[in-house]
Amino acid sequence: MVVKIRIPTPLQKLTDGKSEVESSGKTVIQLIDELEKKYSGIKERLCDEKGNIRRFINIFVNEKDIRFLKGQKTKLKNGDEISIIPAIAGG
Amino acid sequence: MLKLTDEQIERYSRQIILSEIGGKGQEKLLKSKVLVIGCGGLGSPCAYYLAAAGVGKIGLVDSDKVELNNLQRQIIHSTKNVGIPKVDSAKEKLLQLNTDIKIVTHSLRLTSKNILNIIKDYDVIVDGSDNFPTRYLVNDACVLAKKPLVHAGILKFDGQATTIVPGKGPCYRCLFPSPPPPGSVPSCQEAGILGVVAGILGLVQATETLKYILQCGELLVGKLLIFNALSMSFRTLTIKRDKKCPVCGNNPTIKKLIDYEQFCKLR
Ligand SMILES: [Zn+2]
Repeated sequence: MVVKIRIPTPLQKLTDGKSEVESSGKTVIQLIDELEKKYSGIKERLCDEKGNIRRFINIFVNEKDIRFLKGQKTKLKNGDEISIIPAIAGG
Repeated sequence: MLKLTDEQIERYSRQIILSEIGGKGQEKLLKSKVLVIGCGGLGSPCAYYLAAAGVGKIGLVDSDKVELNNLQRQIIHSTKNVGIPKVDSAKEKLLQLNTDIKIVTHSLRLTSKNILNIIKDYDVIVDGSDNFPTRYLVNDACVLAKKPLVHAGILKFDGQATTIVPGKGPCYRCLFPSPPPPGSVPSCQEAGILGVVAGILGLVQATETLKYILQCGELLVGKLLIFNALSMSFRTLTIKRDKKCPVCGNNPTIKKLIDYEQFCKLR
């Protein structure tokens, strides 16, 4: 099983500049842990000390916000596209 | 009822012939009042096109002066305007383009004390500010005052936009409940911005504003538009009103406006 993850520009420093990476995580939490193994430091950017997704970052599975699905327990299936969307303030 | 003059009919003829606009739509535009917050990368193209389209009254908010490093993207200003207040430079340019409209300048920084008094005179608010404290302040004020807000943010090659119509869809806090702590998200000053990205998102905001006034098409209400210049992709994600939203939820905890510390100032 493979899912595609779009990495936002501010986090691409941690993914060797890649804007898209793959994972075989079966849930969002597994996906984050798998990303952390490959790209050390990324989990800390996405989650707070308690392991919750930070309040200025959202994760979407396909076009849907996981907060309105099952949160980090949201199940992933082959071919899903995961987007990490941080708040950006530039103008 | 406002009657279009011959000159107005000539000036706006290319959009009056659109069946979605017509003379009636043009009159709506001429009667409308839009506040553009920030005369920077987003506000420049947005205000310029709104002025061209004949939005009757445009308010401009900015406390900064024009700097040379602004001109790479803030196209409403000119080299000769370096050093003067951005709102004055913008006003001059807009009135050169269209003498048929009124420009009101607010050369100040928005705070919890002044914002409600400023936005109350306008039909639509455009957020083209450049920092989180202002963005959260503008969101909360628009929710409390029930003013439609056209939001966009940009960084490097990326842009995001959504339209907030209080009571009809989610607000910015439904999407991002609280601002990031200082230093956790780079600013354009630190990270850079490609000028055209500001142009594209600023015009998305102008488009949403015109559609709102004309009541035509589908707005980005409940939708987050994500743009990336490198992949040249526009994607639309679904966003929902959060019942637990601190400002527009069922039991709001924010009833008074907050002045977050200015921690990510950029120009
Ligand atoms: Zn809300």
